[in-house]
Amino acid sequence: MTRIEVTVDGSKVTDDVEPRMLLVQYLRETLGKTGTVVGCDTSNCGACTVHLDGRSVKSCNVLAVQASGHEVTTIEGLAATGGHADGQLHPVQEAFRECHGLQCGFCTPGMIMQAVDLLNENPSPTEEDVRLGMEGNLCRCTGYHNIVKSVLHAAGGAR
Amino acid sequence: MTATQERPDTAAAKEIGRDRRRKEDQRLITGRSRWTDNITLPGMLHLAMVRSPFAHATITGIDVTEAQAAPNVVAVLTGKDLGESQGACINAWAITTDQVTPAHVPMPSDRVAFAGETVAVVVARSAAAARDAAELVDVEYDELPAALDLKEAAAADAEHGVLAHPDLGTNRSALWTFDSAEAGTGGDADQAIARARAEGIVIEREYRQQRLIPAFMEPRSTVVDPTGEQITMWSATQIPHILRFALAASTGVPESKIRVIAPDVGGGFGGKLQQTPEEMITFAVARRLGKPVKYTETRSESLMTAHHGRDQWQRLTLAAEKDGTVTGLKVELIADLGAYVSLIGGGVPVLGAFMYNAIYKFPAYHFSCQTVLTNKTWTDAYRGAGRPEATYAIERLMDELAAEVGVDPFVVREKNWITKEEFPFTTVAGLEYDTGDYESATREAKDRFGYDELRAEQRRRREAGDRVQLGIGVSTFTEMCGLAPSRVLGSLNYGAGGWEHASVRMLATGTVEVTTGASAHGQGHETAFSQIVADRLGVAFEDVEILHGDTSIASKGLDTYGSRSLVVGGEALVRAADKVIEKAKPIAAHLLEASVDDIEFSAGRFGVRGTDQGLAMAEIAMAAFAAHNLPDGIEPSLDSDATYDPVNFNYPHGTHLCAMEVDTETGGVLMRKYTCVDDVGTVINPMIVEGQVHGGLAQGIAQALWEEAVYDDSGTLVSGSFVDYLLPTSADTISFDVSHRSTASTTNTLGTKGVGEAGTIASTPAVVNAVVDAIRHLGIDDIQMPCTPERVWRAIHDVAGGGGTDTEGAAAPHFDASTGMQGTVDRTDGADR
Ligand code: FES
Ligand code: FES
Repeated sequence: MTRIEVTVDGSKVTDDVEPRMLLVQYLRETLGKTGTVVGCDTSNCGACTVHLDGRSVKSCNVLAVQASGHEVTTIEGLAATGGHADGQLHPVQEAFRECHGLQCGFCTPGMIMQAVDLLNENPSPTEEDVRLGMEGNLCRCTGYHNIVKSVLHAAGGAR
Repeated sequence: MTATQERPDTAAAKEIGRDRRRKEDQRLITGRSRWTDNITLPGMLHLAMVRSPFAHATITGIDVTEAQAAPNVVAVLTGKDLGESQGACINAWAITTDQVTPAHVPMPSDRVAFAGETVAVVVARSAAAARDAAELVDVEYDELPAALDLKEAAAADAEHGVLAHPDLGTNRSALWTFDSAEAGTGGDADQAIARARAEGIVIEREYRQQRLIPAFMEPRSTVVDPTGEQITMWSATQIPHILRFALAASTGVPESKIRVIAPDVGGGFGGKLQQTPEEMITFAVARRLGKPVKYTETRSESLMTAHHGRDQWQRLTLAAEKDGTVTGLKVELIADLGAYVSLIGGGVPVLGAFMYNAIYKFPAYHFSCQTVLTNKTWTDAYRGAGRPEATYAIERLMDELAAEVGVDPFVVREKNWITKEEFPFTTVAGLEYDTGDYESATREAKDRFGYDELRAEQRRRREAGDRVQLGIGVSTFTEMCGLAPSRVLGSLNYGAGGWEHASVRMLATGTVEVTTGASAHGQGHETAFSQIVADRLGVAFEDVEILHGDTSIASKGLDTYGSRSLVVGGEALVRAADKVIEKAKPIAAHLLEASVDDIEFSAGRFGVRGTDQGLAMAEIAMAAFAAHNLPDGIEPSLDSDATYDPVNFNYPHGTHLCAMEVDTETGGVLMRKYTCVDDVGTVINPMIVEGQVHGGLAQGIAQALWEEAVYDDSGTLVSGSFVDYLLPTSADTISFDVSHRSTASTTNTLGTKGVGEAGTIASTPAVVNAVVDAIRHLGIDDIQMPCTPERVWRAIHDVAGGGGTDTEGAAAPHFDASTGMQGTVDRTDGADR
């Protein structure tokens, strides 16, 4: 067991974890942050995407111990840690709802976290930028049409 | 065939037709969702499956000692241990009375019939401990020869070849036929073909429907809690009600003692329309140990063992006159069932049987399908289920016929399709199409697409001998959806009905609680159904709560598949709501001191004819609740329910157009434009409808271009992860030009048609027709799906006599600026891509 100290969605937490425990398992199983989900076992789907110190990572591809001393933001803390008032949505969350960028919603937490990172890096992306930037996140429901639209919509709002 | 309630009063229709943002979204975009795998119960144990690495083998011994001794392991159980308590996986649809159906024990103890089949289960205090220990279970197998190739398996018998289940003596499960001459719905197809051979045109083709994997994004997960009076199962399923029935029927546990809950479910596409071995094993383990247990599959397990779809060979013969008028159609299928006959299994190609004639007036039709057992993962419904296969075949054939006659693909379609004036129309397959307007949908699609301009560009590029050629693909599809009239299902020997149930409860405070037996998993029922009820009862959209997916809450239902929720479930909703209005009328009359005959209901208000007196629905609800002042003999309740059995299927249609660019040197294909105009009847929520079409298109396009489940010679699935099974990404797809028309269906009150499967059914042939069209002038008339660069390159080089084997070049990401979104790639010059 290894002692870790992580800031997750703004709160400091301390736990003893097995060295092999993945960050996504730590979030879901230890902390009950079930908003972040697991869609594959080969780091292909992006459903588990969270932010580590503000940059998107696939949390199935990071060990919990690697997150020690760092800040993790999940879909559950996105709005609050972004300085949005209680009950308010992050603009990207709002854009996904506005543009029907989700159906079953399973890929959505990962999509939103990835989109936020993409827009932080490139606030005015083209459709091509969005399509290439979201390539690591799979969705089986939407055909991506409205996901791309959502991200462009959020970018428009931010400008 | 019409069976409808009064049409909605359009003045009151404030919600229907409106782009309401979805009620579901708030929880899903904030991570407050309730996936099955999120559930944790006190003392809950975790399961891991030990799976066969062999496609076909006898189990000669299982040693669990080491696994049993591993840390935190509670039990290791084999098929012998669970015995009859595991029940059985049911086949609900024996398509013929003599169908050969192998017994399907969830965890067999003697022989495995496909790679991935479960042979033992480890129960431990954590999922990680269970998985670790599963590695320690030592299973000894005697490998048996495996029946893998579909055609070889179909030809095998007890003496020659390999049998998937040697004890059955055959791989042939059932032969299902339809003959229009016999059925009295048309002439003799063989005669038509013979005539055409003498003096017309005969098109003969063989198409492959490759095996696909539904690949819903949420892996399957099941939690069973046996500690209450009822055993509760949460499962990532499309079919909580059918599952409950199957659990009871196959284990002997009384149905009343079982509660099944499908909480938020992350996609299904038919792939979660199953009673799975994993659910049965989890149920049995929980009962045996008396403890809550959870099983969540890995993605690799999901791809390997959740049922697959398609997998057919289609032999097709189309007869026509010299001018392209069709005279007959003969379809001979073999369909791969995999190792077992699944829940609907053999019925999937039968659902397609009624659709090969599509929108065309074939005077003669013959269909046969041989279902075949192999040692591969079982197959069952995947989005469209039988109808995509049929549509692919006929829409490819119509293009081939056009090429043979030497005319534009639309010329043969227009010559043969049912015209607007001819509806209702009884087809050669015996179905009555209620409405349709193929002309208008086509006109509109061609305009939006810029059909004539693209044809001109195609000509120019062909004449210039460009390296990158342009192809245009057409698909004018229809489908039968809204499964299904129970009597029809009965005549096809299906094990259940096709009705749907809804209940409407007026709460005292004026809000409305609605239950539906249609169990959503991404389709937006909570939103669309709220819109319907809000309009019908004249209450606010926000005041309607839709409950579903729990057999204790929505106690009756037949769940969600076959584009049925709106057309069947929506009609049940309308009828239940109308009963509420009828129950409220005498109360309103009593309170208003008027005669019931003078009470009129409109926009949520019960008024007295000719006066301005009236009461709102909420006021009647409160009066019914208080029950202080009700007329004699009237019960203090406005609650109502309705079970609706459809009288006909439902027939959406549309015209889909696709432009593909094909690099004749690399074989690479790029989609340039996709336009579709679908007639989906009355639209409740246009935003949701378009979303359904987008997602459907991506899945259909993926069959045409990328996806294929591939097995190696030993029966191992080699496309067993997302590294190898190519789901399209955002970089592979383009923005689609999607629009709809609304010819109201006459089969239900609201005039709706199904839309869930339309995009998938229509798009596959549109794409392949476009690819073939781009290189037809080189002498090519087919590319087997998926149309990978290698296959396209080989086709080009085979006809050119070039030969060669080295190919590469995956399709590059590409974007389309023409759909109104920002795009940057210049699509007209593909020469240096
Ligand atoms: S679960 Fe992390 S990429 Fe799929
Ligand atoms: S919305 Fe279902 S997987 Fe993306």
